[in-house]
Amino acid sequence: MFDFSVFTSWLDAALLSVMPGWLTILVECVLVALGIITLYAIFAMVMIYVERKFCAFVQCRLGPDRVGPWGTIQVVCDVLKMLTKEIVSLRKTDRFLHALAPFLVVTASMTTFACLPWNKGAQILDFNVGVFFFLAIGSIGVVGILLAGWSANNKYSLIGAMRAGAQIISYELSIGMVMLTMICLTGTMSFSEICQNQAEGGWYIFRGHFVALAAFIVYLIAGNAECNRGPFDLPESESELTAGYHTEYSGMDFGFYYLAEYLNLFICAGMASTIFLGGWAPFVIPGLDGFNEVMAIIPGFVWFLVKVFFVLFLLLWERWTFPRLRIDQILTLEWKYLIPISMLLLVLMALCVSLGLTF
Amino acid sequence: MSNKINPIVVAPEELHEKLAALKAEGYDFLECLTGCDWEEEGLGVVYSLTKSSTTFEMTHIKCVANDKENPTLPTVSDLWDIANIYEREVYDFYGIIFIGHPDMRRLFLREDWVGFPMRKNDHPEEKNAEIPSTNEEISDTRHKYMIDADGKLVCEDSPVFAEDAYVVNIGPQHPSTHGVLHLRTAIEGERVKQIDPHLGYIHRGIEKLSENMTYPQTLALTDRMDYLGAMQTRHALCMCIEQAMGIEVSPRVQVIRTIMDELQRIDSHILFFSCLCQDLGATTAFLYGFRDREEVLKIFEKTTGGRLIINYNMIGGVAHDLHPDFVKDVKHFINETMPKGLKEYHSIFTGNVIFRNRSIGVGPLSREQVISYGCTGGTGRAAGWHCDLRKHRPYAAYNQVKFNEITYESGDSMDRYMVRLKEIEESCEIIRQLIDNIPEGPIQEKLKPIVKVPEGCYYSAVEGSRGILGVYLESKGDKSPYRLHYRSTGLPLVAALDEACRNYMIADLITIGGTMDYIIPDIDR
Repeated sequence: MFDFSVFTSWLDAALLSVMPGWLTILVECVLVALGIITLYAIFAMVMIYVERKFCAFVQCRLGPDRVGPWGTIQVVCDVLKMLTKEIVSLRKTDRFLHALAPFLVVTASMTTFACLPWNKGAQILDFNVGVFFFLAIGSIGVVGILLAGWSANNKYSLIGAMRAGAQIISYELSIGMVMLTMICLTGTMSFSEICQNQAEGGWYIFRGHFVALAAFIVYLIAGNAECNRGPFDLPESESELTAGYHTEYSGMDFGFYYLAEYLNLFICAGMASTIFLGGWAPFVIPGLDGFNEVMAIIPGFVWFLVKVFFVLFLLLWERWTFPRLRIDQILTLEWKYLIPISMLLLVLMALCVSLGLTF
Repeated sequence: MSNKINPIVVAPEELHEKLAALKAEGYDFLECLTGCDWEEEGLGVVYSLTKSSTTFEMTHIKCVANDKENPTLPTVSDLWDIANIYEREVYDFYGIIFIGHPDMRRLFLREDWVGFPMRKNDHPEEKNAEIPSTNEEISDTRHKYMIDADGKLVCEDSPVFAEDAYVVNIGPQHPSTHGVLHLRTAIEGERVKQIDPHLGYIHRGIEKLSENMTYPQTLALTDRMDYLGAMQTRHALCMCIEQAMGIEVSPRVQVIRTIMDELQRIDSHILFFSCLCQDLGATTAFLYGFRDREEVLKIFEKTTGGRLIINYNMIGGVAHDLHPDFVKDVKHFINETMPKGLKEYHSIFTGNVIFRNRSIGVGPLSREQVISYGCTGGTGRAAGWHCDLRKHRPYAAYNQVKFNEITYESGDSMDRYMVRLKEIEESCEIIRQLIDNIPEGPIQEKLKPIVKVPEGCYYSAVEGSRGILGVYLESKGDKSPYRLHYRSTGLPLVAALDEACRNYMIADLITIGGTMDYIIPDIDR
């Protein structure tokens, strides 16, 4: 399997040979940042296109098909339109917070995006407490949403923001709990090691009995709710609150929320594939060496993307089938069902691991 | 069969007593309340009462106010909940003050409007009041008029909302109000405490316009009221004029009208399903509904040339004969498309656990409430009120067909939803019985070049897509109606919204509004 660190260390050495150490780090940071932003934008566009085509397929429609082959240029046009639209600022809003909120959301989203392990040796942020960092940074997004709702001085926005607060903070609990369950199994919080372990010993979803499978399902539900995606899209529920917390945003300020929403979905799917489905680790069956060799030829980032899009497919399928929940139902689901279940899973997993029942 | 009515004239002093007595006698459904300006005779109201639980027999009471300049009548809003909003409408257009009415505000017009536009002598054209160019200030004050000991009119004011109420404007531009409906909603957290509907954003004054039009011209406006019941509304008006003139339409026309009415009902109920799904966030089911509805619209288009504004019924017949493909298309629709579609609707939406939790037990209206509010159609039948005029006062070809009147018990959102889906099946059944033997005959009776309705008052009603659609017609023997009033099917539904939504959540308001199935142009007329 191709190790991406070969390339990074070559670049590092090459830069060090022509410039001092501090400048090397600076140049590398800038390169990485540019890389993230580019990838972020590209994936947002891909996601929007995929979602539009997928929902059209579900709904017996064609979806975008006019601009470019199969409508592929449509998204680019939409982005350009969004960039050129006027940003309307309203009277009686809290200007500073109003402008700050979308940046908080998009920053949180981009930073968590940087945690994803794309390939062997291609992690951008990789700590020994990676999972912890991921959860902590991810929670900043909700601050942005609350600020957006508050600063807009609009009743719809405020109701949407309050809903977002109640919902996201609740669902973070089960996400944390499920992550903890899996950390029992992985024994490490570093994403690179989690992937490495799975590449060597098989995907955790297979190694953790039914507990891991149940945890995967809980993660998908809670993750979907974290992303404010249907059927959990209460904070913006367009048929009740017109657009919820981002009612008063226009132009690229709104575009940031839009971007963050899609990328959060991607990140949610990415995290699911990293922790449960092996990240960049290929699918191997112990004993079948020939098969495993063929699998290993396929590059890691392809594996990663395939898994991400598989999880995305599950999420989109759910999104385009179910009606929206009501706020009391959404909180009931979390506090009465998901949290007890994830606590139980944690205990079961701890037992499994301590008794050596895992594979 | 004549539809001429002879209203019993009652003096204002005895009105309340008389109506209370009739209500006790079984006439407990206020089907229609028509304000009218009889010029020399004065301003007054015609109350049309119906026996709701037995024969659907009607009686009409006419009451003329004593004073022509400042007319007053006693309120009956304590007897019927719906009278509250009907009397506000009459006050708005005729300036009749109802003594003891708790909320005598204008209903459709702006608070600062000068004059009462439906009065025959309201502003002559050259002296028209200037059209206000400022934003409308919505009044938060209710007026209650009383007569004090000296016989003088006194006004008591009270606020609409409590002082600390958190009022959210749902509408006039809102995705789930299905048009320009404005619901001022007081909420406490997520709970709805009070709804004050603010109407009139698309009021076109169809009733007033009709007074200056010839009878064939008035037909053109009916399709623009309830656009999902265009066939039925126009059917009601044509039927009213025909019966008033003593024209007997051919059996062919009767059957064609029945089939068209039922197709229109299916169209409306599919749209109901789709929009409810959309409101609840199930966009996929929404498009499934639209896919099937397209087929009805194509059938309409082939025969009539119109899809939404159809202009098909005419006085004494219909505008065009059926398209040669009509029978084939309709059969395909009722035998192939609709059964398959309904099965899909049930599997994707009816059985869905989220939808069931959001609709069962949400916003129930009891049988007493729906009668008192005059909520007919699916909303009434969901509460167990047998109110289908096709059964109780059969018209057109409805006495030739067998079908079930769908009723449910609890009257919650789920029942209101199920009534409509089951009614699609019944409508298919009605069409199935008629489609193979459409009688031969003329599609249009011979009429005199100028249609004149003999002097008198007439009332006809049909079962529209969302309830009883009545037409009150008063003629002085001219070529235009003296007074034409439509019993709106949607106005009672909006009036009942406050009662149904109280103490439910914002999301439930959307569910309840969706399952009530109102259409705004029908409310505003």
